[in-house]
Amino acid sequence: MAKVLMKGCEAIAEAAVRAGCRFFAGYPITPQNEIPEYFSKRMPEVGGAFVQGESEVASVNMVYGAAAGGTRAMTSSSSPGISLKSEGISYAAAARIPMVYVNVCRGGPGVGVIQPAQTDYLQATKASGNGGFRMRVFAPATVQEAVNMTYKAFDYADMDRNPVLILSDGVVGTMMEPVELPPMKSDDEIERIKESKKKISCIGHPLGERVWIKPGVWDTIMWENINKDAEKLYESWADQAEWESFMTDDAEVIVTGYGIAGRIARSAVEIARGQGLKVGLIRPKTVYPFPYKAYEMIDYSKVKAILDVEMSIPALFLEDVKAAVKERCPISTYLRSGGNLVSREEMVSRIKKLASR
Amino acid sequence: MELVYTRTKTLQEDKVSGFCPGCMHSTIIKLIGEVLEELDIVEKTTLITGIGCCGLHMDYVDYDEITAPHGRATAVATGLKRTNPDRIYYTIQGDGDFAAIGLGESISAANRGENITVIFVNNAIYGMTGGQMAPTTLLGMKATTAQNGRNAKEHGYPIHMCEVLNQLTAPVFLARCSCNNPQNLRKTKDAIKKAFINQIEGRGFSMVEIVTSCLTGWGLSPLEGLDYLEEKMFPEYPLGIVRDI
Ligand SMILES: Cc1ncc(C[n+]2csc(CCOP(=O)(O)OP(=O)(O)O)c2C)c(N)n1
Repeated sequence: MAKVLMKGCEAIAEAAVRAGCRFFAGYPITPQNEIPEYFSKRMPEVGGAFVQGESEVASVNMVYGAAAGGTRAMTSSSSPGISLKSEGISYAAAARIPMVYVNVCRGGPGVGVIQPAQTDYLQATKASGNGGFRMRVFAPATVQEAVNMTYKAFDYADMDRNPVLILSDGVVGTMMEPVELPPMKSDDEIERIKESKKKISCIGHPLGERVWIKPGVWDTIMWENINKDAEKLYESWADQAEWESFMTDDAEVIVTGYGIAGRIARSAVEIARGQGLKVGLIRPKTVYPFPYKAYEMIDYSKVKAILDVEMSIPALFLEDVKAAVKERCPISTYLRSGGNLVSREEMVSRIKKLASR
Repeated sequence: MELVYTRTKTLQEDKVSGFCPGCMHSTIIKLIGEVLEELDIVEKTTLITGIGCCGLHMDYVDYDEITAPHGRATAVATGLKRTNPDRIYYTIQGDGDFAAIGLGESISAANRGENITVIFVNNAIYGMTGGQMAPTTLLGMKATTAQNGRNAKEHGYPIHMCEVLNQLTAPVFLARCSCNNPQNLRKTKDAIKKAFINQIEGRGFSMVEIVTSCLTGWGLSPLEGLDYLEEKMFPEYPLGIVRDI
């Protein structure tokens, strides 16, 4: 199919529409305004509904409702707005309601800066709300990846009956790139998906066949069992982590980063290779489940150091890298934050230093 | 013998009420059930419960239910109704839920004119959590977080949700009712029915405020509670249809 030039946020929205998303609610916040704006225009064209919520809290709860009614539904925001959404996300995880949401991350904490950052890593991967639930979290590095991940996210959400997060950032969200869009699901197909959820959707049922959505119960044993079922689901993802490994076989230095930092890192690795340096890259595409296996496949007898690159100070992604590397080699960091990008040149010079150890 | 009265089929069988003695919630559940049966919409209806004693409705009714986060019932109903416009959605919310933590969601859903039905149970106190002050608590009324009684200087004044929403253009029906005697019960049922008919006819946002007692929270006996309603609550919250267009 022909490629089209699209902005990250708009491409994410179009991918969602093509995946059958027919409800979107959101609240304006930079740098993701193009997502609600795009949906507001697109939803009426495809018979879907768009609501500009009065807040992120309201928006996420609208999506919780729409998804509980059987419709593929999505919301999006950026960092401070995502914190407000944590209520609805936790409820969706508790009641096992499928929904997709996007964080176009900006620099935090607080209202922070509107420029790109990766400062929400721990929130995204460890605790996106109260109660100790887990979600699949995808971290795109290109607009194309953002499109593919968003498209797939709706299938995962339905399959797991669980929220799915696209953890993007202000670079991927606002840059324009050529993308190949996935096929548009037909109205029939979308109706079939909704129909398949009829027995578990809040649409009214004959007495005795009631749907009862429970984000909480009175019975402690019942709730423990619900926790155990959820745990089984989370554990089933362990071998479904996705990542990119690049030139790691003979590498003496391995750069690791996710999202836009990982993409810049790949470019640095290519330059350093051109200069004869033995360097490779590991870029997680899913940050939950975390691709521990990628770091197991490293030949630690050859590796002098791992260079963690991220747009967060203090380093957050580092915690997962440490857990994966298990002290088998030193880990060094190259960090920027406050909306400042990591630089390819700086990475190359750090790679050189590490390689000459 | 001729059967002249029975429980509605909308109730779970063999369920015994767990509400406090004298609580009016069981009556409200019954009235809603009768309306749903009379309009023949039970099998199309989903209840969205707020958090609080209203949340307990889910344990008694036998039709679809989803629990919303505290205060967010009208937002959850918005998402449901927008995606299933031919289905019936109503919320049941207490005063803390509807008029404090959910005030933004409540006003905004009403202002958008969402085609939903809201049953707002105003007992002037936080029942479920043990009697804390609500935005509807009367001046001078004691609460566990206003132990000398609510005073205007520190706590402001009771909020009148019918009148607040009556400032908006979109809502089609706003009524304040009670369940303290058979006559008011009748009026409450009529108002609930009207609020559902509006939704069936796609007319927009309807809200029925039901002024009730919370005997446990108020620390009163059932009869004292009825007197308190008449003497204190109704003067502050006058019963009647506030808007019907
Ligand atoms: C986010 C959140 N905050 C607080 C609570 C605790 N809580 C449960 S019920 C309730 C008060 C409910 O009062 P009201 O809405 O007046 O209903 P009532 O119990 O009186 O019917 C509160 C504060 C909660 N469940 N969730």
